[in-house]
Amino acid sequence: MTERTRRERMRLPRQKPAEQDAAVRSGTFTEVNLGFTPQQAMLEAERCIECKRAPCVAGCPVGIQIHEFVPRVAAGDFSAAAAIIERDNLLPAICGRVCPQETQCEGVCVLARKYTPVAIGNLERFVADWQHTQPQATAQSRTAQTGKRVAVVGSGPAGLACAADLARLGHGVTVFEALHELGGVLSYGIPDYRLPREVLQRELDGLASRGVSFVTNAVVGMTDTVDQLLEEEGFDAVFLGVGAGLPRFLGIEGEDLVGVYSANEFLTRVNLMQAHRSNAETPVFDVVGQRVAVFGGGNTAMDAVRTGLRLGAAESIVMYRRTESEMPARREEIEHAHQEGVRFQTLVTPVELLGEDGGRLTAVRLQRMELGEPGPDGRPRPVPIPGSEFEEEVSVVIIAVGNSPNPLIGKTTPDIAHDRRGTIVVDPGSGRTTKLGVFAGGDIATGGATVILAMGAGRSAANAIDEYLRSGTWEPPDVGSPRGAPEPT
Amino acid sequence: MTTILESRTLAPAVKYLRVEAPKIARRYRPGQFVIVRATSEGERIPLTISDGDDGWIALIVQAVGRTTGLLCLLEAGDELQDLVGPLGMPSEIEHFGTVVVIGGGVGSAIAYPTARALVAADNRVVTILGGRTRQHIILEDEMRAWVDEVHVTTDDGSHGTPGFVTDVLAPMVTGSDVPDRVLAIGPIPMMRAVAEITRPLAIPTIVSLNPIMVDGTGMCGGCRVRVAGQTRFACVDGPEFDAHLVDFDILARRNRSYAEFETARKDELVRLTGIELGGG
Repeated sequence: MTERTRRERMRLPRQKPAEQDAAVRSGTFTEVNLGFTPQQAMLEAERCIECKRAPCVAGCPVGIQIHEFVPRVAAGDFSAAAAIIERDNLLPAICGRVCPQETQCEGVCVLARKYTPVAIGNLERFVADWQHTQPQATAQSRTAQTGKRVAVVGSGPAGLACAADLARLGHGVTVFEALHELGGVLSYGIPDYRLPREVLQRELDGLASRGVSFVTNAVVGMTDTVDQLLEEEGFDAVFLGVGAGLPRFLGIEGEDLVGVYSANEFLTRVNLMQAHRSNAETPVFDVVGQRVAVFGGGNTAMDAVRTGLRLGAAESIVMYRRTESEMPARREEIEHAHQEGVRFQTLVTPVELLGEDGGRLTAVRLQRMELGEPGPDGRPRPVPIPGSEFEEEVSVVIIAVGNSPNPLIGKTTPDIAHDRRGTIVVDPGSGRTTKLGVFAGGDIATGGATVILAMGAGRSAANAIDEYLRSGTWEPPDVGSPRGAPEPT
Repeated sequence: MTTILESRTLAPAVKYLRVEAPKIARRYRPGQFVIVRATSEGERIPLTISDGDDGWIALIVQAVGRTTGLLCLLEAGDELQDLVGPLGMPSEIEHFGTVVVIGGGVGSAIAYPTARALVAADNRVVTILGGRTRQHIILEDEMRAWVDEVHVTTDDGSHGTPGFVTDVLAPMVTGSDVPDRVLAIGPIPMMRAVAEITRPLAIPTIVSLNPIMVDGTGMCGGCRVRVAGQTRFACVDGPEFDAHLVDFDILARRNRSYAEFETARKDELVRLTGIELGGG
C-alpha cells in the first residue's frame, strides 16, 4: 500500500464498481452491479480517514463496526474485515446489495460533507463475496445446545437474522415459510438482477450449516396457529417475522381491469414463479412492445419498472406524485433505472384506469400535481392541479404503493394485540408482543420498511428471546390505550 | 413432497385424489382450500378440500387446464411437489334452519364437507346437484348418506330433473317451506343465476369463489374480488361471500385474464399425453 497523507486519502475519487452495460442488462436478469475488484476495494477503503467519532456506526441499523472493518480492507486483510462484519451482521452479502446506504452509514460519513462518502455498502458486499470464495467459509462450528426450541415464522430478512443469532446462541431453531421457497421478500420481491438467487442460497446454506432447520409450505396462523406451535409442537418461544404482506390498492375506478397488478403479484410471478421463461407454467401478461406503467416511487416501484423493461416492454414508465428527489427508492436503483431507459413521469397521480369492453386495461387517466407545504413526514405534500387531467395509453399497470400488515396471525391469535393499522404491538427494544413467549419484528411490527431494519429487529428480538429463555422472566409491552385485533380487510 | 394415496375417476375428466397430509387433515374445516404445485416448475393453484380424515385429505380435480390436467394424470404412489394449507376462512356453520346446498359439476366436491357440517349443526339440508349428463353428477351417494333430501338435475335429462339447478330451486323459494339459507358452489353463471333467484326474497345466499390465485395468503392480491363495492381478497377474506353482493362480471373477466396462455399450455398437454379435458 502506498503511503498517502490523510488529505490525499480524502481526495481519492470514490471507486465505482463495474456495471453490466445498461443496454445489455435491460434485457437480462443477471446482476447489474458487478462488485469491486480487490484493488478497487483496497483503494476505496483507503479513502476512510478513520475519523474519531465514526458516525457511520451509529448510522447502521445493526451497528456494524464500520470504522474497524474498513481499515482492514484497506490493509488487504479481508478475512479480518469479514470477521468484524460478522459480529453484527450474518447476512452481509444481502445487506451490501439492498441497504439504502445513502440514508444510513454513507449518509453520515464525514467525507460526504466535502467530498463523496466512502462506498461502505460496496465494501461490505465485496468482503462478503470474498469470504464466500474462501474454503473456511463453509466450515461452521455449532454452539453447545441449550435444549430450547424457537419457532421463527417467516424466512424473510427479519426471520433469517433472528434465526442466525438464535442458532449462534445455542438454541434449536425452526424457520417456517408459507411459500414453497425460502427468503420471503428476498426471494419473491427483489429481482435477480439486484440480488442473485445464488447469493440468497449461500446465506440460507450458511444458516443450515449452523443447525437451523427450514420448513416450507407452512402458513402459521393456518397450518399451525401460534398457540399450536407453543402447546402442541413444543416450541419454547415464537418469533413472528411475517412481513407486511397485503398489497395496498389505490381505490380508483378500474383497478379490477385485466392488466392491473399489485407489485407483489407481478414480482412474484416473475421472481418466484419465473413467469418470463419460455417454458413457464405460470403466466404473466405479455408486455413485449407494450407500455407498462408503475405507480409509486419506492424500491419496489423501481424493481417493477425495471422488470417491465426486462420483459420486453417498449416503454416502462414510473409514475410518481412528487418529484424524483422525494422518491424513497435507493439512489442507485433510480440511477440504474435511468441508465436502462426507464421513463420517469413525476408530479402525476392516477385518477382512473380505463379499459375496453372485454375488461382489458387500455389507458390511465392522470392528474398533474404540484408540491405544496411539507406534510407531517417533512416531505412536501403533492397537491392536485385542477383541470390538468390527461390520458396515457398503457397495457399493464403495476401498483407499488406499499403493503398493509398480513392479517392471518391476528385472525387466529386474538391475544396478540394489533394496533389500528393492523401491525403487531411490540416493545420496541425486545420485540415482545402481548402474548407470553411470542416476539415480533420487521414489517409486521413497523409497517413497510427496509430489509436492514427488519434484520435489526430480528437481531434484537433474538437477544430478548435468549434472555427470556434463560431467565424465564417476561414483561409484556406497554400497549397504551386498549387496542384490539385488526378488522378483517 | 406429498404422496398420493389413492386416485380414481369420478366423472369424465374429474379425478378424486386422496393425499397424505396429516397436519392439514387435523386442522382443516369445511370450506377451506389448499394450494398445490404438481411439478417443480409448476404453477400454484388452489383446490378446495373435499374430505379428510386420519392422515389424509381428498381433493377433487377437474382437468380443465394444464395444471389440473397434470394432476388428473397422477396415480397412487405418485407425488405432488408442494401442498400448503388449510387456507381461507372456513364456511360459516351454525343452526340456520333449512339450508339448500347447491353443487354444480365439481362444485359438489366443495359443497360436500359444508353440507355434512350443516347437518351436524342440526340444519335440515336439501341438496341440489347439477351436471351436464348423468356421468357428470358426482358425490350423489355420499350426499344421500348425509343430507335430508337430494335433487339431481342434468342438462340433457339423462338423470333426475332435466334442466338446471335453478329449475329445482325456483319452486322451493316460492313454496311454503322457504329455505333460511342457500349455499351455491359451481360455475359462475350458475352461482349468478342462483343469486338472482334468491335476491328478491332476501334469502341469505353464499357462494364460494375461485379466482386466480398465486400465494393464497393475502400477499399478491391477484384473487381480489368486488364485494359490496369493496376490494376483498378471496384467499384471506373468502373464499365464501354473500352472493347478492358479489360482482360476478368482474370475477368472470378476471378469470379469463390468461385465456390465450392457458389454451396454448392446455393444447400442449393434450398433444403430449392424450388426456381428455373437461369443460371449464
